[in-house]
Amino acid sequence: MNKKNPVISLFASVKLALFTLCLLAVTSIIGTVIPQKESFDFYVHNYSESTARIFQVLSIPDMYNSWWFLSLLGLLSVNLIVCSFDRFPGVWKQIKKDNLAIDPKRIGKMRLSEQWSSDKTESELATALSSKLSENGWTAEQRKRDDSLLLFAQKGAMTRTGVYIVHASILIIFLGAIVGELTGFKGSVMLPETQATSSIYEFGTSKSIDLGFEVRCNRFDIEFYDTGMPKAYRSNLTVLENNKIIMEKDIVVNDPLTYKGITFYQSSYQGYQDFILNITDKKTGAQEMISLPFQQRGNLTKHKDAVIGVINAETMGQSVSRLKVWFKDAQGPASVFWIPSGEEVTVQRADTEFVIAGKQMYATGLQVAKDPGVWIVYIGCGMMILGLFVAFFMSHRRFWILLKPEENGTSSILVAGSANKNKLGFEKTFASLTDALKNN
Amino acid sequence: MDSSQLLGITTFTYFFSTILYAIIFIFKAKRLGTPATVFTIVAFLIQTAGLLLRWQESYKIGYGHAPLTNMYESVVFFAWTIILMYLLIEWKFKTKVIGVFAVPFAFLAMAYGSFSTGINKEISPLIPALQSNWLLAHVVTCFIGYAAFAVAAGLGIMYLVKNTSETRKITNDETLLGSLPPLKVIDDITHKTMVFGFLWLSVGIITGAIWANSAWGTYWSWDPKETWSLITWFVYAITLHARYTRGWGGTRIAWLAIFGFMSVIFTYYGVNFLLSGLHSYGSN
Ligand code: HEM
Repeated sequence: MNKKNPVISLFASVKLALFTLCLLAVTSIIGTVIPQKESFDFYVHNYSESTARIFQVLSIPDMYNSWWFLSLLGLLSVNLIVCSFDRFPGVWKQIKKDNLAIDPKRIGKMRLSEQWSSDKTESELATALSSKLSENGWTAEQRKRDDSLLLFAQKGAMTRTGVYIVHASILIIFLGAIVGELTGFKGSVMLPETQATSSIYEFGTSKSIDLGFEVRCNRFDIEFYDTGMPKAYRSNLTVLENNKIIMEKDIVVNDPLTYKGITFYQSSYQGYQDFILNITDKKTGAQEMISLPFQQRGNLTKHKDAVIGVINAETMGQSVSRLKVWFKDAQGPASVFWIPSGEEVTVQRADTEFVIAGKQMYATGLQVAKDPGVWIVYIGCGMMILGLFVAFFMSHRRFWILLKPEENGTSSILVAGSANKNKLGFEKTFASLTDALKNN
Repeated sequence: MDSSQLLGITTFTYFFSTILYAIIFIFKAKRLGTPATVFTIVAFLIQTAGLLLRWQESYKIGYGHAPLTNMYESVVFFAWTIILMYLLIEWKFKTKVIGVFAVPFAFLAMAYGSFSTGINKEISPLIPALQSNWLLAHVVTCFIGYAAFAVAAGLGIMYLVKNTSETRKITNDETLLGSLPPLKVIDDITHKTMVFGFLWLSVGIITGAIWANSAWGTYWSWDPKETWSLITWFVYAITLHARYTRGWGGTRIAWLAIFGFMSVIFTYYGVNFLLSGLHSYGSN
């Protein structure tokens, strides 16, 4: 790349990267101190009219999506791209370099080198040393250089790309975020038990989004710890397409349901004053479900003349823990009994037994998201970890051995090595390998 | 024996361990080196037992979760990772005086957890959002990073202390500071510790994002805690680049190690108490 172009060298510079990273770090603080995405009135109320105006002009209320913050991220990306294009070719050359073409004079001048002599011949030595190297995991190549023989072995040449994997991973994460932003959506829906919907509402705009299928909430339950703290929110959902059941799943927080790239997350709930009762006649097996407001009677249809109602309820926090049910059919006086919410009791009537289950009626609050970019983001994250590991803990290590016949019939052996990182560690490797070679 | 007794003892053993390292440092009592290490390892094992016991106790109560879910538990785990990190560094770099600058962090964390009145030490049940294995991975990886940064800050302080005396031209061998490793060595260990911490912080942020995505369908929502962890990440990214590409070293890096750790403390602690957001569960 043309180094003299001042624009390009600016964008290729690490100075600019440091500057941008500092700016990002400092400006990011703003949004952690000033509450985000509140209404204009909120800012007028908590700050002042004029401050609120200034906030509006600078997009402070939604700063992480503001033009200037996104520009900073854009600047970082351009910086990364230009910098990588500027440097990578040089690194690639290093990786692909023909290390046997090195000037033999340079070998003796390396910081790590050692020399000794042997009475074996050059080719004997070459075979012996090569096999010693491969015992230690190094594969040697060799080439005749003038009057001498040069051996070379290396490990981890590709680790030089580690830093570039890290930098590329950042761009890939950005790409994933953009794909998600452009092709996905985030919304929510409040779905009462027993009901189905085929659309949800987008966050922010409240626009209705068509799902292309239906999702039904069959049932919603809350479990509690002894302390009264909620233990689990659970919705039983069914996905329907053209009235055909496609799938059914219990979702809880941290375990969503996904269909056709759209994911439903358990996020909230709403309790109603209504109750859902499920009545089964043990003799005939006839079963029916009825939903009723509190303290109102309902007539059953499959059990002639039967009437049911919820006359009392005990609550724990905002939710009902027990309900008192009044039930009467054609024979005898009414039965009155308690049902622990969500459970069933058996009721003895004159000529049959009924199993009656009851619970408070809820609506489940579902967060709904489609994010086709999330896999790109995850791939970027994986690359980042891999790249950091390679960049920090692995190095490119090289060994040269120069074998030269001396006039008295012996051969001189010159070993040299270098590593681009962790030089201390490499010194040890070098020492132990040279020892192994000497004991040949 | 229950876990709170074991963890209570831990606070005192880490205090004693701090004293031992201080004696080694101040009186150049090299002979105490091995006892100090052995003592610290024992203290560490007591704490490990305490943590495991607390884990088991939570199953007995019926809550059944790893002891990593409220402020008290995280402070205790922080102390545990700091000691683990320190012992590894002592073993790898064969120098004991670093203990004076690292072990006190663990003691302070334990003391804060044990004696602060604002902290609930009970084993409490997990609210639904926190019931995820990603939470476990997230907390563990973040704290390994935090612990490395704590030790790096200790090393930074050590560097600055030694450097000031050297610039005042006091012959080191005659002073306290003669027992500290050479500046170049401190500088090198500081850098390596930060590099290690950066890798784990990155993994911590990523596992946190995956967890958020599995719970809410958004891997990044710019809530204050997330944003501060990113700010901290930027600070260390800046530090690594300044060193690697612009050749910064010595005092500057020492200051950045301290500054970075301040950002860590704010992310970990300040955000819960000064700002609001999804992670404020930690404040009870
Ligand atoms: C937050 C974003 C960034 C992260 C996490 C990151 C990460 C890294 C890491 C881990 C290294 C290796 C350092 C070492 O081995 O000690 C590195 C080196 C480097 N980074 Fe970045 N980087 C980021 C942004 C940038 C940007 C925007 C540039 C733009 C110029 C840049 C330029 C470089 C250069 C030139 C090197 C040295 C590469 C070499 O010569 O081998 N980095 N970066």
